[in-house]
Amino acid sequence: MTHEIRETAPPNEPENNWRQYFKFNTDHKAIAVQYMVTAFIFFLVGGLLAMLIRAELITPALNVVDRPLYNGLFTLHGTIMIFLWIIPFNAGISNYLVPLMIGAQDMAFPLLNAISFWMIPPGGILLISSFLLPNGTAQSGWWSYPPISLQIPPGQPINGECLWIISLVIIGISSIMGAVNFVTTIFWMRAPGMSFFRMPVFVWSALSAQLLQLINLPALTGALILLLLDLNFGTQFFKPLENGDPIIYQHLFWFYSHPAVYIMALPAFGIFAEVLPAFSRNPLFGYRSLAVASLGIALVSIFVWVHHMFTSATPSWMRILFMFTSMLVAVPTGVKAFGWTATIWKSKLHLETPMLFAMGGAAMFLLGGVTGVMLAAVPFDIHVHNTYFVVGHFHYIVFNTITMAIFAAIYFWFPKITGRMYAEGWGKLHFWLTFIGANLTFFPMLPLGLQGMVRRISSYDPQYQDGNVISSLGAFLLGVSTLPFIANMVGSWLYGQRAVNNPWHATGLEWTTTSPPPRNNFAEIPVVKRPPYDYGNPKYSVIEPTESDEQRRREIWER
Amino acid sequence: MNRRTIYIDESPIRFERWRKYLPSWLKRFLPSGGGNAEDHHGKAIFGFIVFLLSESIIFLSFIFTYVALRLTHSQHWLPPGISGPQLSTLVLINTVVLLSSSLIVQSAENALQHSRLNQFRWLWLLTIGMGSYFLIGQGIEWSKLDFGLSTGLVGSTFYLLTGFHSLHVLAGVIFMVTMLVRSFFPGNYHQGYFGVSAATLFWHFVDIVWVFLFSILYLWRD
Repeated sequence: MTHEIRETAPPNEPENNWRQYFKFNTDHKAIAVQYMVTAFIFFLVGGLLAMLIRAELITPALNVVDRPLYNGLFTLHGTIMIFLWIIPFNAGISNYLVPLMIGAQDMAFPLLNAISFWMIPPGGILLISSFLLPNGTAQSGWWSYPPISLQIPPGQPINGECLWIISLVIIGISSIMGAVNFVTTIFWMRAPGMSFFRMPVFVWSALSAQLLQLINLPALTGALILLLLDLNFGTQFFKPLENGDPIIYQHLFWFYSHPAVYIMALPAFGIFAEVLPAFSRNPLFGYRSLAVASLGIALVSIFVWVHHMFTSATPSWMRILFMFTSMLVAVPTGVKAFGWTATIWKSKLHLETPMLFAMGGAAMFLLGGVTGVMLAAVPFDIHVHNTYFVVGHFHYIVFNTITMAIFAAIYFWFPKITGRMYAEGWGKLHFWLTFIGANLTFFPMLPLGLQGMVRRISSYDPQYQDGNVISSLGAFLLGVSTLPFIANMVGSWLYGQRAVNNPWHATGLEWTTTSPPPRNNFAEIPVVKRPPYDYGNPKYSVIEPTESDEQRRREIWER
Repeated sequence: MNRRTIYIDESPIRFERWRKYLPSWLKRFLPSGGGNAEDHHGKAIFGFIVFLLSESIIFLSFIFTYVALRLTHSQHWLPPGISGPQLSTLVLINTVVLLSSSLIVQSAENALQHSRLNQFRWLWLLTIGMGSYFLIGQGIEWSKLDFGLSTGLVGSTFYLLTGFHSLHVLAGVIFMVTMLVRSFFPGNYHQGYFGVSAATLFWHFVDIVWVFLFSILYLWRD
């Protein structure tokens, strides 16, 4: 690696303050760690449910779990992975990075930040505890369409569906409060000189994702309130037999839940934009386009939700319109993908673990994105509707892209968060197990879906068995792949080699402070003079300010 | 070679350059160039406005449900023998009281801005009274209606919209009572002014929502 940034000697051992992570703490860095660790625990629970599903699907017959339990397994697997793993983890990594990257001392509202975190564990525990109910968990899938979700035994006000709704409302309120916090932080807390077009792309993507939370999440909260009223209080909004209209629920639900995919994916795109330049020693290609493309993805994704409802008696003009808007998403997303490719083009790559995960995730995003454009076409969508093709596409996005990006982020910022280095060999082992396992699990789903295997069934036609066996073995491999990760993280955090402030020689304000950063992040508020991603750019790397910082500060304050 | 000073204003859109011509309420949404972290009041109000915008989407989703159900199920809208919500004198008085309280709460905030603390307290108390009057009037209206929550779509949607709105009125009243009590503790108002601004904004929000609900619930005739 080039050494244009001078290394500082490793400081003394960090004091052992693990207790700060177990109490109500308003430091954004502690809250971030709380978010990320909690989310990872839920990831393990969701993964366990997934392995049970795959165990059932090894054979065509029904032989591991009974049908109501199987329904509960896939319902809770989807809900946990989306609402308790990816979204809280993104809130956590954004919590850690956004204030550091924009040069702030903390989030805009630290107390609100802590409150929004502490709503996650009760929500998650409430959701999982529904396994203990006599009638089991919610069984109508993660989207809980009425009237299926309203079919519960009479006289049971506390049932799985009810707990599912309540916990999702709790998690949703937490997300809205978090989004208010992030948007205010990015608009108001930037250090002097950190104009919008000096923010790293990660901050742009976090801003876009949180704006989507603000605009779209309330629609889901509204829909869930209506569903709860229908379920327990005798209203008739979605009951078709009493003149209600279940399609309205689908509109409200997908108005949130399609942008939810971008709420999950945008921070992942931001992570790629941070990791790829650092390990290819190139400035990020097309910084401005990539920054604006984040907002573009967010804007377009608000107007695409009906593509989930092509078979829900949607009029044909609406199908054509939403087919068009859905395919339009590929334009800003394509800008991003080309930007990443051009960044690593003709550069000397350093293949450390974060880079492996980022490249693996970005490459598999190609398959996930292309299948997405295929699904946006109405004739094709009607053909593969409700089949494993949709499941395969979705998992190529949420696991093979987003979860890979999350692992890249964990390895990349682990030295900053903990002040210690992770073990490189274990990290590479984790990458290869994950990469192989993910493709083994999710690739066979695409041909299975094309052949017509329907999703959400516990027993299937024997002709589909080969693909399912491969997929199940891959799922167990994915389960195994978390073991070296956990061992690496726990071991390195306790006994790892002491990390320097900037182990990757990366640019960005978060690397200018100590590892781990002090309580207020920076010894003094930084004054930003350079654009982000000036890797190997002599124009910027040799710049000496001709004015004093004080004068520059005054210049900024005079507005 | 290539040594030059990098100026702050290198962003291509040059927010800073045209930002100074904007009106102040718009400036709040377009801070740029950083260095705003010490403006605690502006930050808090900005966050509260963002929250209110998000909150309005819940109302929008309910209003969407109401309009969509009413348009597609007009033949089943009123069950036999049910006349639906009526535009009575009670409702009209309620509406006038709630909407005019918006003016009162604004003058209360102005009074506090000019440090006329006692005038603020009286006007604030008047707003609380008007809000409570609206809540009681809403309760009386509910008790007089000939349909309940589960009486067809009309009952479901009417009680949903008015009930959710009344919850917001109640929250606003509680919020204002808190601020009134806090105004009697010395030392609260050098930084506690944010609470009054936020409560005022919230009250305007509740009023604007009521204008929409009033139009679609009482003025819409088939």
